[in-house]
Amino acid sequence: MNRQPLIAHIPALRRYARALTGDAWACDDLVQDTLERACANWRLWLAGSDLRAWLFTIMHNLYVSQVRHRVRQGDLAHPLDLAELDQEPVAPASSADSAIDLQRCLLRLPDEQRVVLLLVTLEDLSYAEVAKITGVPLGTVMSRLSRARSRLQELMDASATPPVRSVAATEPVAPPLRRLK
Amino acid sequence: MDKRPARPVPEAELHALLDGQLDAGERAAIEDRLAQDPQASATLQAWQRQRDALRHLHEDVLSEPVPPSLLAAAGQAQHAHLQVQQWWRWGGMAASVALALGLGWFTHGQQQGSAAALLARQQPAHEFVHQAALAHAVYVPEIRHPVEVSSAQEEHLVHWLSKRLGRPLKLPRLNEQGYELVGGRLLPGDEGASAQFMYQNARGERVTLYLGSTPAKVSGGGASTEFRYSADGPVPGFYWVEEGFAYALSGTLTRPQLLQLAQAVYHQL
Repeated sequence: MNRQPLIAHIPALRRYARALTGDAWACDDLVQDTLERACANWRLWLAGSDLRAWLFTIMHNLYVSQVRHRVRQGDLAHPLDLAELDQEPVAPASSADSAIDLQRCLLRLPDEQRVVLLLVTLEDLSYAEVAKITGVPLGTVMSRLSRARSRLQELMDASATPPVRSVAATEPVAPPLRRLK
Repeated sequence: MDKRPARPVPEAELHALLDGQLDAGERAAIEDRLAQDPQASATLQAWQRQRDALRHLHEDVLSEPVPPSLLAAAGQAQHAHLQVQQWWRWGGMAASVALALGLGWFTHGQQQGSAAALLARQQPAHEFVHQAALAHAVYVPEIRHPVEVSSAQEEHLVHWLSKRLGRPLKLPRLNEQGYELVGGRLLPGDEGASAQFMYQNARGERVTLYLGSTPAKVSGGGASTEFRYSADGPVPGFYWVEEGFAYALSGTLTRPQLLQLAQAVYHQL
């Protein structure tokens, strides 16, 4: 066995991690951790089984534990800090503002919804495979996918019409009454 | 749209259609019904646009060259897999022989390691200084990519390098000496990963701080040394060892200037 099979999956792992974290460095850290974990646990991978699904499962578990860790530390601002995204466009300059908007809206989805939406959309995995990777029932995958698509649509529609950008950049809820500052 | 179709297309079927989860027959059946259901068609179109946009986002990452650090990690994984495979192929008997041999070789290596550590403590740690000087010579002239992580992401830089080097790092400041941080990068070293921090003064002159584990760490000794000067490599520098961790400050400066910077770094660690 040469290195090719594993290396062949790195670009897809990176793209997924990039969209998931919205941060180039966090993305490569996550991919590196995934490869290292794969290295430590090679004997758990059954030769001939789906290497891609196995790698995405490892990455998913690492991501979930990272998120839990951040929640415990009360550090939800990083790397999901939206204000930071303003300064550091995560999308290449050529693909303009819409890509930055999309990434920002994506990061506002709850983690579990973003995971399902991205696995289905970017990796063309079947719903059953996504259920296996994320360790939840098929019905849960379906409902998360449905909520993710509707919510993302709402967020994108809201960002298309220039909103009153609050400083904290939280939910784009327009107050019924606005006070002049 | 004043009249809802007799059998509106359920949302779950829209997702399945969009995500290519249906066979040709099911697809055709839903498409027929969609023709009667403008509301569902509109939803499907919106989701299709969303799907296209998501697939387009970060598409460039797919064609980017894979960073060397990730290639290295993948190489390790493949190597480990090969070992596991061979283990099974050889069978128990051969494997235990291999294990005995391997242990012998490993302890041999350990002894070599501690011998090297002794040497490193007694003589200039040539290898380390050489690596530091080489890394300096390679990256200092870089205009566009002198560092992997720029000083703008200082917090992330320290966090990332600490993680990769397996110990908490502190980022020394040389602002008082007129040098500002440019950023840092991760480099392969003989004893595992090493890090390089780069600083630059107002005249654009750059100095680098190179740090990594020393062979002394292998022997378990928390060896420390005083400052030593080396002018053998492509660039002169001061180096020292502190608790099994080696530092080298390199730059095309005079010896007193370098010493002053090295001391400034040392006092902050």
